[in-house]
Amino acid sequence: MIGDLLEILLTAGFWAATIRIVSPLILGTLGELICERAGVLNLGIEGIMTMGAMAGWMWVYQGGDLWGGIVFAAFIGALFGMFHAGFTVYLGLSQHVTGIGITLFASSLSYYVFRMLLPTATTPPKITPFQPFAVPVLSDIPVIGEALFTQTPLTYLALLSVPAVWYVLERTPLGLAVRMAGENPVAVESQGIDVLVVRTGAVMVGSAFMAIGGAFITMSAFDAFYFGMINGRGWICVALVIFASWRPGKALLGALLFAGLDALQVRAQQLAGAQIPYQFFLMAPYLLSIAAMVVMARRARYPKALLVPFRRGDRV
Amino acid sequence: MTVKTGDVTPLLSFRGVTKRFGPLTANDAISLDLKAGEVLALLGENGAGKTTLMNILFGHYMADEGAILIDGNPLPRGSTDAAIHAGIGMVHQHFTLAENLTVLENITLGTEPLFSWRRNIRAAREKISSMAVEFGLDADPDKLVGELSVGERQRVEILKALYRDARILILDEPTAVLTPQESDSLFQTLKKLTARGLAVIFISHKLNEILSHTDRVVVLRRGKVAGTVKTSDADRAGLARMMVGEEVKRPTAEAMEPGAPVVRLAAVSCKAGSEAQSLKSVSLEIRAHEIVGLAGVAGNGQRTLASLLSGLAVADSGDVEILGAPGTDDPTALVARGVARIPEDRHATGVVGEMPLWENIISEERRSAEIARAGIVIDKGRALERTRNLIKEFDIRCEGPEAETRLLSGGNMQKLILARVLSRGPRFILANQPVRGLDEGAIAYVQRRLLEARKEGAGILLISEDLDELFALSDRIAVMYHGHLSPARPASELTVGEVGLMMSGQGAEAA
Ligand SMILES: Nc1ncnc2c1ncn2[C@@H]1O[C@H](COP(=O)(O)OP(=O)(O)O)[C@@H](O)[C@H]1O
Ligand SMILES: [Mg+2]
Repeated sequence: MIGDLLEILLTAGFWAATIRIVSPLILGTLGELICERAGVLNLGIEGIMTMGAMAGWMWVYQGGDLWGGIVFAAFIGALFGMFHAGFTVYLGLSQHVTGIGITLFASSLSYYVFRMLLPTATTPPKITPFQPFAVPVLSDIPVIGEALFTQTPLTYLALLSVPAVWYVLERTPLGLAVRMAGENPVAVESQGIDVLVVRTGAVMVGSAFMAIGGAFITMSAFDAFYFGMINGRGWICVALVIFASWRPGKALLGALLFAGLDALQVRAQQLAGAQIPYQFFLMAPYLLSIAAMVVMARRARYPKALLVPFRRGDRV
Repeated sequence: MTVKTGDVTPLLSFRGVTKRFGPLTANDAISLDLKAGEVLALLGENGAGKTTLMNILFGHYMADEGAILIDGNPLPRGSTDAAIHAGIGMVHQHFTLAENLTVLENITLGTEPLFSWRRNIRAAREKISSMAVEFGLDADPDKLVGELSVGERQRVEILKALYRDARILILDEPTAVLTPQESDSLFQTLKKLTARGLAVIFISHKLNEILSHTDRVVVLRRGKVAGTVKTSDADRAGLARMMVGEEVKRPTAEAMEPGAPVVRLAAVSCKAGSEAQSLKSVSLEIRAHEIVGLAGVAGNGQRTLASLLSGLAVADSGDVEILGAPGTDDPTALVARGVARIPEDRHATGVVGEMPLWENIISEERRSAEIARAGIVIDKGRALERTRNLIKEFDIRCEGPEAETRLLSGGNMQKLILARVLSRGPRFILANQPVRGLDEGAIAYVQRRLLEARKEGAGILLISEDLDELFALSDRIAVMYHGHLSPARPASELTVGEVGLMMSGQGAEAA
């Protein structure tokens, strides 16, 4: 049994599946991470991903092109980010309550719009999704090449956004302002920068990432939109941010760990046949992730001003 | 159009600046001028409105009325960006630094266009180190601010302002957090800065510093300018009078016959957590109508003793008797017995800053018949009325009973705590550093209240690092050193020198 599992780990198919599963997770996690580094928890993520999945797909289904669909999904995501920021950043309302509200609203709205535009569809209608693209030369490397370099362009985008987000946060003046807004908003104001604008911008950009993560599922992993598609991935992303201690690189590691366990469990189900109930395998990645969280979260270094609203003219 | 008539336009002038918070007028039609190269002291009690005025200048707050002119041109209201570009730099009373970021990141934030491809770290590092050498402000640019001492953080704050070419430097109570040596080096730096034409607004309520390091003094009292004098023409008594409105005199204790014991500790040992000093066989008796002063350098077991007496810790061995019953780990029970607690750190353990005044006032007796109907439902009407009365009686300056407590100044927060505990007529008062960080007026007030409580029959344990205070108020004084407590001896038989020696472990009785 153990031997069989190890054998799975050596197959290119397993790694390719892991990379596929990781793509939406890493996009969502980076989105959440950007919001939280600026000091705003965004629990709207689950709904924003659903909205992105619907919006991008619908764009293509209505005749738009694939990349146009991604841009549209990002735009819709940013729009919901703007709502979230309006309530939490400008009005200083509870980030938890607003986020859950956005998730409920955005999820329901997605299904509503879907039904409204396609009232008669019974079997989910399909689009032609992003196709795998083999990177010349690199894809010829055994195992790794097949796993990493025969993916869809959206996966490459997701993987490349990890160093990109890291670079912007750590190496540019804008990233410094975002991080400072999450650590001590008064310090940001004291340097002549508008905290509310910085936070709102971060939440909008972060939400756009989440929506693209959602769109990956309907436009790259599958080719249709149906109910319950996001299936808790947004919440996984929220947990991964903590696991990653708010660092993009560690976020990728965490997402890979979860995705790997998920890819492994599907294959382990087949190995075990009917001896072990399949629900056990479905549960395994979550259980192991919780265990990893418990270990990692102890050392997590929170942005100091996470969840703390900033009001102009308040006592400094 | 202003017609220049020979005089130079002042670098900065306030014209009738008024700021209100609800019914409270924090700044009332304030006008003042500042010239280049001048050190202007802004003197005033806690809550006089000094920080508010500077927050308006720096653009954190928007004034309700009035204008601020820089070189004769009006400064846009409510914009820190405009203030920085006008050459104003502010070192806040509570530093505005991000602890998880480096010194360099804290200094350079906002100095480059936000949308550029990279931060110019090398140039920034060079500029910081050359400024550090020039003005005597060492700081390692790559250290995290969280790893710096308070003095170092203040240097970073000053560097932050200088990095942006400030012409006017605001220092809000800079010496409150510094050791005497650090203060001296700060004054050295200020000299170098003013020599280059920088103007400094120096906020403090320490008269000595103001008299020796500033050129002119503006005194604020209750939000108004109470007077302006050249420092060379000023003297301590005059400034103090202007600041408080009357002569402040710290009260002195009158002789009084002690009554029955209220607290008795016999050979008490108590293990403390890792960071506090344990108690080693401590014996002490505190009687009614008596103040026992506890001297000692911080960290010698005072905190553990305070925890023991307020029901936050229990003794491992020995006898503890508090108001006729054994010690307990139930603070509520002690409060019910008549123990009053004035904690060392007002903000952390004295009040809940986010709660309104009235909730803090009733927080120790939520279930009493007076406040709660049937011991369950809080009668808010009564609580509010009680709070209003106490605000009046203890002269707490605030927006009202519903205001958030964190908005109070230090002195007013301490008055709130006094109001909470003294209004119950306590029989034992644990006063841990009751005047730390307060201004003269508030110090005198707190001390007077403690002496009144003593007169009414309370026994008081006064923990303080200030020997003058201990000698002025205490009937007897004991010294704590490494968890051991010397026998309490009448203050009249001791000298400051003797107690000082015992505090460093050299006195005969300290071991
Ligand atoms: N943002 C605020 N909201 C409400 N009240 C405030 C605020 N800032 C200051 N105050 C009140 O204004 C008064 C003046 O405070 P402050 O300027 O901090 O005094 P100082 O610096 O002279 O000690 C105090 O009574 C304080 O409670
Ligand atoms: Mg102040």
